[in-house]
Amino acid sequence: MYERVYKLQNAISGEPGNKYSRSSLYKDAWRRLTRNRLAIIGLSIIAALIFISLFSPFLATHDPTLRVKEDSLKPPGSQYWFGTDILGRDIYSRVIYGSRISMLVGIVAVGISLLIGLGMGAVAGYFGGFSDALIMRIADIFFAFPYILGAIAIMAVLGPGIVNIFVAIGILGWAHFARLFRSSILSIKNKEYIEAARALGASNFRIIIKHIFPNSFAPIIVFGTMNVGTAIIVEAALSFLGLGVQPPAPAWGQMLSESMRYINTAPWMMFFPGMAIVFTVLGFVLFGDGLRDAFDPRMK
Amino acid sequence: MNEKLLEVRDLKTHFFTPDGVVKAVDGVSFILNKKEVLGIVGETGSGKSVTALSILNLIPQPFGRIVGGRIMFDGVDIAGLGQKQIQKYRGNRISMVFQDPAASLNPVYTVGNQIMESIMIHQKIDKRSARKKAMRLLDMVGIPEPQRRLNSYPHQFSGGMRQRVMIAMALANSPSILIADEPTTALDVTIQAQILELMVDVMNKTGSSIILITHDLGVVAKYADKVMVMYGGKPVEFSDIDKIFYEPLHPYTNGLMGSIARLDSKKKDRLTTIDGSPPSLIDLPPGCIFYPRCKYRMEGCARSYPRFKEVKPGHHVACHRHAEFLKEEADG
Repeated sequence: MYERVYKLQNAISGEPGNKYSRSSLYKDAWRRLTRNRLAIIGLSIIAALIFISLFSPFLATHDPTLRVKEDSLKPPGSQYWFGTDILGRDIYSRVIYGSRISMLVGIVAVGISLLIGLGMGAVAGYFGGFSDALIMRIADIFFAFPYILGAIAIMAVLGPGIVNIFVAIGILGWAHFARLFRSSILSIKNKEYIEAARALGASNFRIIIKHIFPNSFAPIIVFGTMNVGTAIIVEAALSFLGLGVQPPAPAWGQMLSESMRYINTAPWMMFFPGMAIVFTVLGFVLFGDGLRDAFDPRMK
Repeated sequence: MNEKLLEVRDLKTHFFTPDGVVKAVDGVSFILNKKEVLGIVGETGSGKSVTALSILNLIPQPFGRIVGGRIMFDGVDIAGLGQKQIQKYRGNRISMVFQDPAASLNPVYTVGNQIMESIMIHQKIDKRSARKKAMRLLDMVGIPEPQRRLNSYPHQFSGGMRQRVMIAMALANSPSILIADEPTTALDVTIQAQILELMVDVMNKTGSSIILITHDLGVVAKYADKVMVMYGGKPVEFSDIDKIFYEPLHPYTNGLMGSIARLDSKKKDRLTTIDGSPPSLIDLPPGCIFYPRCKYRMEGCARSYPRFKEVKPGHHVACHRHAEFLKEEADG
């Protein structure tokens, strides 16, 4: 009798009928994630990008920095799949190698923002009072600063270079994470199950890590994955301004800026790195969205 | 039998809000003996929940604070303990069941996970035995197929079952006191009795005490041994259940008793009401806080607040005219 009721409940809630399997938050989230088609597309794009950036030397057909004077501005064809730029470099190989820089910048810079932002946001949101006021005012200062201008300022001080890009984008991004995380902590901190956990004798640390984090992570995940795209674009802007990755190293943003002058004569110079950025950002957004749904057992 | 377990004396919990000081609990005293059910009754905003939260120092921060009084439990004044020390009592020696079971369970964890957590916070046992124990607890609170239900999420449970889970969590460490803050308010009427029966039943078996906070006088009449009536953050009457129901000394208690329907009342009897509404707890006047609504008020009542004192053995009341009421009672 009960068996039937449970089967019915499982059907309604989308839980499979495997009777005694032990479930954890992450296992269940993974199961829900794999059932989401768009998330899988996003994940595939990210996986492909990781694969491409890891195995660039095997995938590239040419040396990305090799200039072949007589092959300048060749349209896409059998020799140069994506065509060549003004210096006669193979765009396909440059896009392949460029994925390394974009992925690194996106993930490392967002990782830095995330670490600083989560820590600051958790303290501000959970403890409140003076620490909250102090942290959020510092965040306000960061908000008041135009993003690109701040990046230029930091890069001007640190000097160009890939590690400094991580640091600059990472430092500039923390305030968004802190504010977002603080607000979701504020909304969850007064939920009854937090009070119930406290009434059970759970410590502040335990409450933050076990009860508040998983419940406030959804917006962070969505924002974080989308922020990877933003970071990639900021890196492109910095490279465009000559403060980012130095030529001749291939970076998508830099390739875009180089293509500007040839946008009518050689549109492939702009098209392929542009599409690379679009797909990368799209991949992270789709995956982020899927993750959010997967972490929320009430969805579906 | 009458072994003292918890003694609250002159407890004062105030909230320091931007609008002024809210004296949510002001001078509450009571004694809870072993194996006893104490009912705390009062209308919304009378300070009954804050009294309960004060015992475990769970008052909402940063505004609330215990500003005076003592809470003696097991020879220790737990009102004066720091966060680290009071944590050892919470959920362990004294545990709590909240009003809304739908909101009291964390939606992202399975029920089993949450019961195991409540066990593992206070006991040093491995996951396997915690799981076994969680299963026994679920079985004890009457959830069928506990082994299987451990893997369910709170949203897959009905309201009554969720409250059973909350009780299982509260009982995980065999506490001496279970504080139930309106445990059945959010439940269907048909489920309410089941949940209360379950609590009393289980606590009888384990020999613990219950503090039952409610505004349902019917529930108090059925389950409580002693009752404290609160009004405007202050205790107005505290006594055995029979005395409260049959010989109330405070006009407010009297009014409460007149406002409930009884099976034995005649058709033409009307339910009485208490005129007016409870006072705001900011800037209270010096006199008796029930003065504006009291049928028996006299001039002196507006000048000073009556002391909460024992006027008969085991019967505490805060009213200037209690002597007259006592006499009336004696005269029949």
